Amino acid sequence: MNQPFVTGSVQTPAGIVPKISSDLRWQDHWGTIKARWGVGRMHYAVDPGLYALGEPDDQSPVLVTANYKMSFDRLRKALLNRKAWLLVLDTNGINVWCAAGKGAFGTDELVRRVEFSGLNQVVSHRRLILPQLSGPGVAAHKVKKRIGFKVIFGPVRAVDLPVFLDADLKATPDMRQKTFTARERLVLIPVELVGALKWYVLILPAFFLLGGLGASSGFWNNALNHGLFAVLNLLAALAAGAVLTPVLLPWLPGRAFSQKGVIMGVIMAGVIFVFSTTYLHLKIELLEILAWFFLTPALSAFLAMNFTGSSTFTSLSGVRKEMRWAVPFEIIAGVAGLILWFGSRFIV
Amino acid sequence: MKNMVYLKDVVTLQFNKERCSGCGMCMVVCPHAVFGMNSGRVHIQNKDDCMECGACSMNCPTGALSVQSGVGCAAAVINSALGREGSCCCVVETKNDSSTGKNTTCC
Repeated sequence: MNQPFVTGSVQTPAGIVPKISSDLRWQDHWGTIKARWGVGRMHYAVDPGLYALGEPDDQSPVLVTANYKMSFDRLRKALLNRKAWLLVLDTNGINVWCAAGKGAFGTDELVRRVEFSGLNQVVSHRRLILPQLSGPGVAAHKVKKRIGFKVIFGPVRAVDLPVFLDADLKATPDMRQKTFTARERLVLIPVELVGALKWYVLILPAFFLLGGLGASSGFWNNALNHGLFAVLNLLAALAAGAVLTPVLLPWLPGRAFSQKGVIMGVIMAGVIFVFSTTYLHLKIELLEILAWFFLTPALSAFLAMNFTGSSTFTSLSGVRKEMRWAVPFEIIAGVAGLILWFGSRFIV
Repeated sequence: MKNMVYLKDVVTLQFNKERCSGCGMCMVVCPHAVFGMNSGRVHIQNKDDCMECGACSMNCPTGALSVQSGVGCAAAVINSALGREGSCCCVVETKNDSSTGKNTTCC
């Protein structure tokens, strides 16, 4: 009850149910932005249970969702000016699709939550509308058998719900397909960046300072030359693997994400080389250039490979097959690059 | 723009025609339109589009569909190979893992 988005309560035969609205406030939008940047994302949850939207009665539809706050907000926002019951499952604050894949948004939890909420006293019909992407966790025929409620899989996206509800619970083929548009890819990039930056705050200074050591011309001269070149390449690898590959995903050649990442990494290593020599007038050695043409694509490939987890169309069998060549490639190219770089700094 | 397709000929999806009752639930839950229906009979029309989410086999009342389902996530594969518990963001088995820093980011 005492959650900031609860606006009141309604009395039902099964007890008092918290009331919510479709209006998202700035706190809700701010919460979404924070979660997109990985801030408190693993604890962005609402209390599981039944909620009333608008002034629902015993004929109003029941829509089921996960207790990830962003999922919950998407759903209530989509139901503007409508009357509905929202049944929030306990998915440990994980979104619908991921939770369904792991079984938390599953038949057992749905059955438990329907019984616990006393839903059969609140509504007179026996229909539950579930997000289509909960399919990997919920077996509709088993729910029907166990508690008598008919599971109807709604559209993939909550925004399609008004049309779906008005069309007598019929979804168009478009509503049934999970896309991966440029916009959908873009919103995932911040979390990728934040995840990588945890390592970068250690790696960047380390390479910068190591660049200062070694032969010739003094520590700071070296650091601002070889160290700076290293830092630029590391940032280029991050941009290539975690930003440019996801954005340009459909247009980069190949199917494996790692391959797309390698291509982008080679391009970015080239860009940094030209930029550093032409505009920054850095004095870089041949071995060092070679080193970064190994390291930057290797790192970019690794970051791009990790984007499979964010994508909406990669299979586990496919990821395993990709990793069979990609992981050895990334390790070998990475080690070769490091040997070349340390060689150029400390031996030659 | 047409749908993006991942690697070819890797998917473990299997369809047993004899068991199929033609109820069409697989077509409802599949997020990538892998199945087609021809005069009351289901068939696989876009196998390489399958992402092995497992929704179809979970919702097939006659057990006509099978797939080795899982999350296509490299970080999860690495974590399980390293013997770490949990996987990507979809860590739902362990609630108290925030302090261990084991939960990497993905999905």
